[in-house]
Amino acid sequence: MLRLIAQVAAAAIVAFIAYVLWFNLTNNLRAAGLPTDFDFLTQPLGVDIPGSGLSPSAPIWKGLLVGVKNTLALVVVGIPLLTIIGVLVGVARLSTNWLVAKAAGLYVEILRNIPPLLIIYFVFNAVILQFPVLQESMNLGDFLIVNNRYIAVVGLTAQPDFGPFLLIMAGALLVAVGVWWWRTRRSERTGVHHHRFVWSLAVFSAISIIGFVALGGPFGLSRPVLDGRALAGGYQGLAAYWAVLAALVLYTASHVAEIVRGSILAVPKGQTEAANAIALSPFQRLRYVVMPQALRIAIPPIISQYLNYTKNTSLAIAIGYAEITRLTFQMIGNGQPAPQMIAILMGIYLAFSLVISLIVNLVNRRIQLVAQ
Amino acid sequence: MTVEAPVFDETAVAVEPARGPMDWARKNLFNTWYNVLLTLALTALLAWAVVGLARALLGTDFEIIRVNLRLFMIGDFPGDQLWRPWTATYLIATLVGFVAGSVAGGARDRASEAGLPVVRTTLRQVLFRFWPIIALVLIILAFTTTMTPALLTVGAAGAGVGSYYLGRALPRAVRRWTWLIALVLLLAAYLALAAFGGVGWEGWGGLQLNLFLTVAGIMFAFPLGLLLAMGRRSSLPVIRTISVGYIEFVRGVPLITLLLAGAFALGFLIPSDLRPGLVTRMLIAITAFEAAYIAEVVRGGFQAVPHGQVEAAQAVGLVPWKTMRLIVLPQALRATIPAMVGQFISLFKDTTLVAILGVTELLDATFIVNSQPAFLGQGLFVLTLGFAALVFWVGSYTMSRESRRLERRLGVGER
Repeated sequence: MLRLIAQVAAAAIVAFIAYVLWFNLTNNLRAAGLPTDFDFLTQPLGVDIPGSGLSPSAPIWKGLLVGVKNTLALVVVGIPLLTIIGVLVGVARLSTNWLVAKAAGLYVEILRNIPPLLIIYFVFNAVILQFPVLQESMNLGDFLIVNNRYIAVVGLTAQPDFGPFLLIMAGALLVAVGVWWWRTRRSERTGVHHHRFVWSLAVFSAISIIGFVALGGPFGLSRPVLDGRALAGGYQGLAAYWAVLAALVLYTASHVAEIVRGSILAVPKGQTEAANAIALSPFQRLRYVVMPQALRIAIPPIISQYLNYTKNTSLAIAIGYAEITRLTFQMIGNGQPAPQMIAILMGIYLAFSLVISLIVNLVNRRIQLVAQ
Repeated sequence: MTVEAPVFDETAVAVEPARGPMDWARKNLFNTWYNVLLTLALTALLAWAVVGLARALLGTDFEIIRVNLRLFMIGDFPGDQLWRPWTATYLIATLVGFVAGSVAGGARDRASEAGLPVVRTTLRQVLFRFWPIIALVLIILAFTTTMTPALLTVGAAGAGVGSYYLGRALPRAVRRWTWLIALVLLLAAYLALAAFGGVGWEGWGGLQLNLFLTVAGIMFAFPLGLLLAMGRRSSLPVIRTISVGYIEFVRGVPLITLLLAGAFALGFLIPSDLRPGLVTRMLIAITAFEAAYIAEVVRGGFQAVPHGQVEAAQAVGLVPWKTMRLIVLPQALRATIPAMVGQFISLFKDTTLVAILGVTELLDATFIVNSQPAFLGQGLFVLTLGFAALVFWVGSYTMSRESRRLERRLGVGER
């Protein structure tokens, strides 16, 4: 009985607070002459989003989609980069080479203890804005063009036969999977080592290269060119994009490095000794004994670093890269109703978080299965 | 009858220990061909960086920092009221020294009760642990133009050391109330700044505001976080759902969205005649954010308390809330100390975010000074941002080292 009363009381208090807030919200919005619904999303954007090709008369919701796309551009490029740097630095901290270990430690201890926003400002204001203006861009052998508004690197460009080539690559992938399966089966039957990774990679590369030559080069390099006042070709990005990407990747990588180091150290020393006792080579010891156990410890916290990274991309607001938070900020400045805009913004980040925590749960379940 | 056991002479096969620096270098820098390459490449890179940095520092005019040091430290605090921040500094120094002394005294008493030798902290250890802070204070004092700040700093350090010994010497009955004395000193520091014609926190700025937002954010969020953590463990479904919903919602969104809500949406949620200032709204947003994270930290502490403790408490007939207050909470909170320090560090770094909304804390101040007429367009961001980075780095690095030390001492995380 007491339990029931406590719960009803808690629910009533929360409902009451929600009601008061809602009452104030609608009243204050009306008093300020602002809408209380979401119909304003079809009104014109009113601002120009650099690099989007969207006109200021496009509806707001289209602008917000561009913002989500720009956030994803940071996430999709940044996560692989920070993983690679983080793992390399983390392993380097355990190097037998004293200097390598100390240098990696220096990197981690410096980057980890500085606010990420400060790092973004530093990269943007102290590095990228000091680059020359567009007309006097630095040009590294048509491979990289740098100025204080854009950075363009050499990229790939499709030729007429690119579509068929993609089909050939897909076929090659299927064949490679078949080879993988065959090598595994053969190894299980005969006990001979499978080398399935080498085999599959070789088959995949061979078919792809033959296809590439047969189609007469279905894709080529696209070099960035500076044509008067405009930049063409290559993979281009706004300077602000590169600043956020570089700063957050370096910052988050320092945290990943700590996780990687801690996880490797957490594998009991007896495991290494046992591996040595059965005469595994150093590579085999890492590949079959240490790494599988270290990964099991490292993966969940690393994924939560991915989540932190995704949330930190919102700091791009500070230097004007038009991701979703920056756009929301601009819309509010343009007189759109703040409560609705912020609710949408939070909803978008919650969706990102939900997807990432679903991945965490899936991974955790798989890891636990392996453990049993 | 004796059995002759085969004797394995270890000394015969033992690897010869490295002796001189040459042996050490061969073993740790040049043991394989790729390590030779790595060592040489890194040496070149580090030498280049050190030489470049040294030359840049020697040829730099630190005018922009010297002129604006007060803005960086305390923002726009009125210049004729400087005695207020100094009084607050003295009170905080006393507080820190007192709490450290009290903790040290408690450890000493426990050790002597257990018949263990008392390990005294030597001056060398203190210098080794706090060199970044000492170096930072010296650097900041080097930027001042008069003798007064240096003298006052020496005095504050003296107050800290004095209260350390006072805290150590306290009888146990008084030591139990350390937390209350600390709270009173903290309140006194606030009153020294704000009361009797002073300046309330809406007018604060610079590093002072970063520190205030961190300490106040954690202090206000702690009770909320504790409630949320207990709610999450509750057996009542409604309370559990509310707690979990709040925690997961806040942890799923970035802090900046809550700060935006504080700046632009909070005004709509409260009656229109109640409009707190911007810093207050930032503090509310930070508190709401931190509460969820502290709840998770405390939950970790709860999980560290063995279930047998609760069962034992029930067996001796304690009622649930007494079990919580006397058995579970003391052990759980003790286990959360390192994680709480971690939360403190991350909030300290996150307070820079209020700069985006135009609050003049340290990071924002480094931008303001670059648009002063004397320094406009001279590209001095490297300098001012470097200074701010140094301040934040010293704070976070020292705290994270201390937290690791605490973790080892408390034996948290060891199984």
